[in-house]
Amino acid sequence: MLELVIFSTLNGVLYGLLLFMLSSGLTLIFSMMGVLNFAHASFYMLGAYFAYTLGMYTGFWPALILAPLLVGALGSLVERFGLRRVHANGHVAELLFTFGLAYVIDELVQMVWGTVAVAYREPSYMREPLFTLFGTDYSIFRGVVILISILMFIALWYLLKKTRVGMMIRAALTHGEMVGHLGHNVPRLFMGVFGFGCALAALAGVIGGPLLATEPGMAATLGPIVFVVVVVGGMGSLQGAFYASLLIGLLQTFFVAIDASLADVFNALGANLDPYGEVGRISLATLAPMTPFILLVLILIFRPRGLMGELEP
Amino acid sequence: MLKSFFTLIAASLLLVQTAGAAETVKLALIDPLTGPMAGAGQPALEHLKFEAKRINANGGIAGKQLEIVGLDNKVNPQESLVQLQKAIDGGIQYVTQGNGSSVASALIGAVEKHNQRNPGKEVMYLNYAAVDPSFTNERCSYWHFRFDANADMKMNALTSYIAENKDIKKVYLINQDYSFGHAVSEAAREMLKEKRPDIEIVGNDFHPLAKVKDFTPYISKIQSSGADAVISGNWGQDITLLVKAAAEFGLDAPFYTYYGASSGVVTQLGDKGVDRIYQINEYYGDFEDEEMAKRQVNMYKETGWDFYYLRLSTLLDMFKKAADKAGSTDPVAVAKAMEGLSLETTTGEVVMRAEDHQIQLPMFISVMQDDMEYGAEGTDYNFHKVARIDRDDVTLPTTCRMRRPK
Repeated sequence: MLELVIFSTLNGVLYGLLLFMLSSGLTLIFSMMGVLNFAHASFYMLGAYFAYTLGMYTGFWPALILAPLLVGALGSLVERFGLRRVHANGHVAELLFTFGLAYVIDELVQMVWGTVAVAYREPSYMREPLFTLFGTDYSIFRGVVILISILMFIALWYLLKKTRVGMMIRAALTHGEMVGHLGHNVPRLFMGVFGFGCALAALAGVIGGPLLATEPGMAATLGPIVFVVVVVGGMGSLQGAFYASLLIGLLQTFFVAIDASLADVFNALGANLDPYGEVGRISLATLAPMTPFILLVLILIFRPRGLMGELEP
Repeated sequence: MLKSFFTLIAASLLLVQTAGAAETVKLALIDPLTGPMAGAGQPALEHLKFEAKRINANGGIAGKQLEIVGLDNKVNPQESLVQLQKAIDGGIQYVTQGNGSSVASALIGAVEKHNQRNPGKEVMYLNYAAVDPSFTNERCSYWHFRFDANADMKMNALTSYIAENKDIKKVYLINQDYSFGHAVSEAAREMLKEKRPDIEIVGNDFHPLAKVKDFTPYISKIQSSGADAVISGNWGQDITLLVKAAAEFGLDAPFYTYYGASSGVVTQLGDKGVDRIYQINEYYGDFEDEEMAKRQVNMYKETGWDFYYLRLSTLLDMFKKAADKAGSTDPVAVAKAMEGLSLETTTGEVVMRAEDHQIQLPMFISVMQDDMEYGAEGTDYNFHKVARIDRDDVTLPTTCRMRRPK
């Protein structure tokens, strides 16, 4: 039992951190520009594929740096020559633009890398166990992923709270026009933030590719969950996104781990559900992939502004 | 949405374009060619195309050239029905499908209905891998022929093998949450109870089809259950990612699988899969037969996919034999000739049982090994034969009461 709890926690935290890396960029972009970027998960996918291709020439570590930089540059270009022009036509146009972009990237990836998963793997020395507990190995790569995620979190916090650029970003979040009047180049700031957000998504892709699977469907799988994170955490709140990511990661993992049916849960709460009925016999494990969306619905009903959000959506 | 729309247009253009050629007979493959399960559909398409060349060089199907048309269904029953209609509208009278018994179930119903309403334009459904036992039992259909052993036959063979291994005391079942996965789980529980009552089933999990990307929570659960062996009927990405996660966490229990040699497994696992992944299948990766070895080498060179689906070759060979015997490519004549047809294959004689249209064939259990003469996916790993189960030991009785057209 103890081993199950320990490993489920480790796995849940790992998955949560990956989600946070993805959603932090999305929530930054949203709070700053008011754009819900539908193509965000596509940049995550591009990160994985770029790292796969680059990795064949440079190895894993240089690809870990280069792929996010490339995707970040691509994101900046998208903002500069696409989104900025569309911006003049309002939010709906922007939303439609990113929606279309997601499809374009999806199709391009299938054209270039094919429709089947590619063999993108971590270097072989990182597959060795970091430690072995109760006969279960925990690979070095998973340790490295946790480390990278934590480093990224600290760097992001430092950037936003302690640097001049961070001050400008935070000011532009709430008083964009005022920052402009003070002589700062707000459009360039927007471009930078958009590119930076995309680079963070790509970083998640570089480490998420070997962890999950690098295939053309990877954007479509994680995309909706990332939106759930942003809504549950509170639109535009980085801290909220952090808690929401961990919450969803742990929820999903523990739902699989717990051997109980819906009837067991409800009957423990005092309800009277037939344990062999159509509903009662559904196991929690089969519900696991649904948990983020159940959470989304509950949050929207009972706390529409999310865990830490300041704005009503 | 948009994508399926475009594939529809592309598919219909293709059909219109090829409808004119007179001396061809077309076989449509309705399978996932994009998306998470494309790893199961793409190699099947390439295999059919590769083998069609051999059939055509040997005189074709009753003198006509065989043409393979790939139609993408994304493992979705509704989409499959649209594709089936497209195929029928394009004059195609032979369809094959394998991935997903949910899809097969929809196709059987649709083909049955079509044939009833359109006499003279019958369609024949050649099933190469959808193994829900009901299709050749209570739901059997005259127009459906299955070229793969069904889930119960495979489990019968697999449990006989497991039963001999006295070290196995605890078994964990993990399967996909739809008709096929439940059929596998049920068969495993029943047959193990009969053959080895002392074996304890320590887990029986179902996970959503093609949705799980991270199997680590399931692996932790298997690990803590203390299982000595895992049985899984997973296919496509669900088997690749499952055994990948198991290898990563150093799970020592061997996996007894239906589709452990699916594309991607060998590449993803490397040395961690050796002696751990077992598969029950109609073939294995030794290729002692020179002719088969040649096909494996050539197919990998030409298409980048391994010669994995021996049953697709059997399907085409039996199709040819039945049509040649009937002297026609009319499905009514071919279906009649197919009943009870036998064929000598590299593994022995196989027979299409007339009673239920379920092929009877020898099966093999193989395990992943290093330093194989013919490696899979360009590596040195492949599946080495450890047991042969003869046709008579694989066979199971049927409850089918076939309704034949007059």
